[in-house]
Amino acid sequence: MAGVRTPQEKWTNRVAIVAVFVALAIMLTPIYWIAATSFKPRNLATTIPPTVVFQPTVSPFVKLFTKRSQLRDQPSAEEYAAAPWWEQMVFDGGEKVVRNGKTGEVRSSGYGDRFTNSLIISIVSTILAVSMGTLTAYGFSRFKVAGEDDWLFFILSTRMLPPVVVAIPMFLMYRVVGLNDTHLGLIILYTAFNLSFSVWIMKGFIDEIPREYEEAALVDGYTRMQAFFKVVLPEALTGMAATAVFCFITAWNEYAFALIMTNRNAQTAPPYIPSQVGSGLPDWTVIAAGTLLFLIPVAIFTFLLRNHLLRGMSFGAIRK
Amino acid sequence: MTKLDPESRAAARGLSDLTIRNLFIIPTIAFLIIFNIFPLLYSLAYSFTDFRASTNAPANFVGLQNYRDLLSDPFIWKNFSITAKYVLISVTGQVFVGFGLAMLLNRSIPAKGLITTLLLLPMMLSMAVVGLFWKLLYDPNFGIINYFLGLDKFEWLADPDMALYAIAIVDIWMWAPFVMLLSLAGLSAVPKHLYEAAEIDRASGLYTFFRITLPLVAPILMIAIIFRTMEAFKTFDLAYVLSSQPTTELIAIRLYKMAFQEWQTGMSSALAYIVLIMVVAITNIYVKYLNKVKAR
Repeated sequence: MAGVRTPQEKWTNRVAIVAVFVALAIMLTPIYWIAATSFKPRNLATTIPPTVVFQPTVSPFVKLFTKRSQLRDQPSAEEYAAAPWWEQMVFDGGEKVVRNGKTGEVRSSGYGDRFTNSLIISIVSTILAVSMGTLTAYGFSRFKVAGEDDWLFFILSTRMLPPVVVAIPMFLMYRVVGLNDTHLGLIILYTAFNLSFSVWIMKGFIDEIPREYEEAALVDGYTRMQAFFKVVLPEALTGMAATAVFCFITAWNEYAFALIMTNRNAQTAPPYIPSQVGSGLPDWTVIAAGTLLFLIPVAIFTFLLRNHLLRGMSFGAIRK
Repeated sequence: MTKLDPESRAAARGLSDLTIRNLFIIPTIAFLIIFNIFPLLYSLAYSFTDFRASTNAPANFVGLQNYRDLLSDPFIWKNFSITAKYVLISVTGQVFVGFGLAMLLNRSIPAKGLITTLLLLPMMLSMAVVGLFWKLLYDPNFGIINYFLGLDKFEWLADPDMALYAIAIVDIWMWAPFVMLLSLAGLSAVPKHLYEAAEIDRASGLYTFFRITLPLVAPILMIAIIFRTMEAFKTFDLAYVLSSQPTTELIAIRLYKMAFQEWQTGMSSALAYIVLIMVVAITNIYVKYLNKVKAR
């Protein structure tokens, strides 16, 4: 926009700045509230007026990872004193940590396993989608392919289907080949889902890399493969980073397939967290803790690659 | 010494271009065919049967019966009209909020990069998990929304008429940033000299907006609208987690229930096909319109 000149423009600019900050405050309030609730003792999570100032506690996170049951009898003073600090927190909340009868090991809630599943499945499928997508994009960008436009449209069209539509036949197929409730099953699904996006974004990027770079490398005695890996790939890294952010966000947050295709073994966190609400009074502090922890990896990943993301996005968008 | 023919010379220099092309492209195409086209054919076949995945009974061929039943079922049409209403509300909301934010941000604002990144946060969250937490925010007794808006015990999700709007509000909150991101890209691509020319002509702000800004941003805004419409039409997780009202039963939820709770596999495959045809039709209309906008 043109620089600020007249007093009237100065005034409208100030209004705009105030408006941006108000919008930012509104947009971030729910996220702030999730973060705040995850550090509250249970009785402060649902107060009116809302509790803003409070003594933070990590007890929701302790509860998130352990299996607990209602405390019938108060623990004896020795029992309480002998327990580690985190177990005392659970006692304080009127519950006790469930231990294995024989070994005395603390039983976990299952959140940790789900979180690990989410990490494995999202990371592997992102790597697969981005690498396959980059190779395919290079293939379409540099070589003659009969019916190129049709193939590219076919690749895009695989993204148009509502997940539930694909889920029915996939469920039946997976049941036959034994991929239901396996990590591999979800990895394949998420890779297939993200691949179309990856090919399209990467094609835009690779088209922009001058062919002369590789031709020069070929003249220097590189093979095609060497030219691709040593010359083209480093140039395409920004695009790959932006693509990876989107693929990771999609795989990390996917809900419908995870709900349908997994049970105990390969379940990810998105279907697990809502299932913990149950029919009684939900413990919102635990749900908030689970939500906040779940947000952290994707936020860190996006933050690290933010410059690539903004550049990559506007790049691809303007080119279309 | 024999002369090297071109082929073996290529071989000496590593894989031929043709081999590399096939090596790079064929796995992806094969993968997508196996995991997209094949399942679709599979469910097309099932859509003509009375198969139920919960039993071992063999599937009977019933012809077009499933399609006939579905298309004459008033409840299915109700699901479609709820979905249409939902798409309209949430996409309109996202365009207004997202484009408005982009207009505000498209000037010299302190810490612009940081603000833009922070505004994108809602987009990074899981719809299902966020939906769950919004239940707490919406709670009539202790939710902070009622408290801050001074609404007392207003029922957001229990009120059948309000619930769909409540879900759309969460969707707008999550995805307006996406529209904002694309709009920002579009706004930054508008050539500066056009504004300078308008200023010399003493054109009003409104005139500049409608004659310069909007037409030039329109194509990219259309792309945002296409993406958001497709996604909103497919909405499942957010609505499924937030509410179980009949008035918020979007078509994707109906489909899920039919397939995985009632186990009407054949019937639900037919419904999936009807939905698929609708999505493709809507996308086509949009793309045609997009090309028109671009051509202008």
